[in-house]
Amino acid sequence: MSEYSQYLFLVPLFPLIGFLLNGLLLGRLPRPLISFIGCASVGLSLVMSALLFFDLKGMPPEARLIEQTLFSWIPAGSLHVNIGYLLDPLSAVMILVVSGVAFLIHIYSVGYMHHDPGYGRYFSYLNLFTFAMLTLVLADNFVFMFVGWEGVGLCSYLLIGFWFERKSASDAGKKAFIVNRIGDFGFLIGMFIIFWQVGSLEFRTVMEIAPTVFFAGGALITTVCILLFVGAIGKSAQIPLYVWLPDAMEGPTPVSALIHAATMVTAGVYMIARTNVLYLMAPDALLVVAIVGAVTAIYSATIGLAQNDIKRVLAYSTVSQLGYMFLACGVAAFSAGIFHLMTHAYFKALLFLGSGAVIHAMSSEQDIRKMGGLRKYLPVTYWTFLLATLAISGIPGFSGFFSKDEILWKSFSSQFGHPIFWVIGFITAGLTAFYMFRLVYLTFHGQERMDEHTKAHLHEAPKSMTVPLVVLAVLAVIGGWVGIPHVLGFTNHFERWMEPVMSQGARSAESHALAAAGGHAGAEIGLMVASVALVLIAIFLARMFYNKRPELATDFREKLSGIHRVLLNKYYVDEIYGAILVRPVVYLSLFLWKIVDVVFIDGLINGLATAYSDVSQYFRGVQTGRVRSYATLFVIGVVVLVAYVVLR
Amino acid sequence: MVPITVYLIVAAVLFGIGTLGVLISRNIIIMFMSIELMLNAANLALIAFSRALNVADGHAFVFLVLTVAAAEAAVGLAMVITLYRNRETINIDRFNLMKW
Repeated sequence: MSEYSQYLFLVPLFPLIGFLLNGLLLGRLPRPLISFIGCASVGLSLVMSALLFFDLKGMPPEARLIEQTLFSWIPAGSLHVNIGYLLDPLSAVMILVVSGVAFLIHIYSVGYMHHDPGYGRYFSYLNLFTFAMLTLVLADNFVFMFVGWEGVGLCSYLLIGFWFERKSASDAGKKAFIVNRIGDFGFLIGMFIIFWQVGSLEFRTVMEIAPTVFFAGGALITTVCILLFVGAIGKSAQIPLYVWLPDAMEGPTPVSALIHAATMVTAGVYMIARTNVLYLMAPDALLVVAIVGAVTAIYSATIGLAQNDIKRVLAYSTVSQLGYMFLACGVAAFSAGIFHLMTHAYFKALLFLGSGAVIHAMSSEQDIRKMGGLRKYLPVTYWTFLLATLAISGIPGFSGFFSKDEILWKSFSSQFGHPIFWVIGFITAGLTAFYMFRLVYLTFHGQERMDEHTKAHLHEAPKSMTVPLVVLAVLAVIGGWVGIPHVLGFTNHFERWMEPVMSQGARSAESHALAAAGGHAGAEIGLMVASVALVLIAIFLARMFYNKRPELATDFREKLSGIHRVLLNKYYVDEIYGAILVRPVVYLSLFLWKIVDVVFIDGLINGLATAYSDVSQYFRGVQTGRVRSYATLFVIGVVVLVAYVVLR
Repeated sequence: MVPITVYLIVAAVLFGIGTLGVLISRNIIIMFMSIELMLNAANLALIAFSRALNVADGHAFVFLVLTVAAAEAAVGLAMVITLYRNRETINIDRFNLMKW
């Protein structure tokens, strides 16, 4: 036991207190106090997380584990669920990333939401989200994790629909919630099977017992893993449940940065890394994860090529990057997946916050066709945005390069990998660089295409917004230096750090890759050079098309107008889902409403009432209200009774 | 000695007149007095039986009935007065609100 371990519960508790203070005194507090409570609660969490992280770092690698059980939550027969926290290298990374990014975004929100009437509500939701996310990553059992899982879903719903007076926003919130529900269903069933087979839901127990209970590679464990993965698909917006994420951009931009880019959507990746023992026993499930990840990565990257809304481009980019993370998990390179999760959290949060600063300056305009030349008006935003773009494109030295390259290499060399996965990841890397630089050129370079009124109002964001941008930019640049691959002559600290969490199987897969790397150092370098070359070509093309010779892009678009239209309309997936899923449900609901409910159920109840009143029509005449007729009937009754008694 | 049958016949006749009075009359006061008549018919029958069987129970009952009749008269007349104040009439057929 170490110095701070008994204070582990404080990490999620601080944001909860912040939520309660801001939530219960909604709108009663002056704005500076609301901002202070909101930011300070998350800041304290961050300090606590850092202290615990260094605590953990001071321990010997195999002993890096802090557990804290607060109390027993559900003691019901053989089911026993605790409110308990588990801190190991994996959750330590997660709480640092979550509380760190959340803290910066809270500060950013002070500037961004300054004029919003729902200021107190906004900060209370944001704190609640941070609490739920920290619960999710710190929980020591599936059920408690599910509490956090649903909590972040709820906050996501609340914050997407934050401007609920706009119909599109409230619709997008509902869409996110309902689509996530499908995934949660899979997660729950998977959890039930685990409890049925193992008899416990604590992560440590399950991971220990699972190899003795399940038959490795058997149908049952594969089912469990695929069901858990369905949950991850919903939460992390993978094919086929990704449709909610682009619509989630209806929420305030800092929310998109925090929830729909940096933290919540990565919960699925975290969950798979957490249950890596189970996945390694089910190679078929791993293959499914890898395929879904790879297909999602390239699929949404192509959509990103043709979108014109600055936030939507970033949304599809997020879906694509999440696909990368799942690809890594699918080839059993869990630590690479988490590594990319971390670097992605930095640069994608930065990109979203940068886009927020642009939208802020552009009087809420989000269409990149109406921007251009913003570089000289928003210098800080431009430079930080550019650094993040370089990071996501995978330029050597920036964080995204190390994490993405590790995934690419693992997808090629791992025993679960395949060259096809590498090819898909490789092409996606090129597409990513292309659409990101398209965004940069259209937004910050070239002609100024906005109208005069907007132009007059252009201004750099306030300090509270630019400072988080700069901090995140630093992280986006250096964040990857903890995991520089072995082949470049460094130690991969990140992989070392994650090692105790990974099961024996994952470790052997890693060492397999390492051995392959030892044997094929040349191959690794070669693939690295190839991907960097592709990225540079893509950047050059983007520069040609969208900066130097815009007429080329127009030409190209006209030649390929068919493909362009399909991409612009996102492969018509929303329309297809609407036709084959939503519309039947709507019609079924209409049938249940108009026919079953109105005709049958209401008819039965109303019919019963009508029947009574109809029958009583015939009898109510008896009740005349005249005393003498009652008396007459009474006398007749008495006479009859007496006659009966006497004459019997 | 007069046989009990005669008493009973008188009581039955009185009771019948009272019943008819209640059924036929529209005037609440008359209905009220008819009810008194019915009660006293019952009293007569009770006394007759009491004497014929040579027990005191019937006498006791009669005193009870008289007491009840007195109380009833007090309450009933008070109600009649209230009704009259409200409606300016004591025709029972005009008080027929309590119906469907």
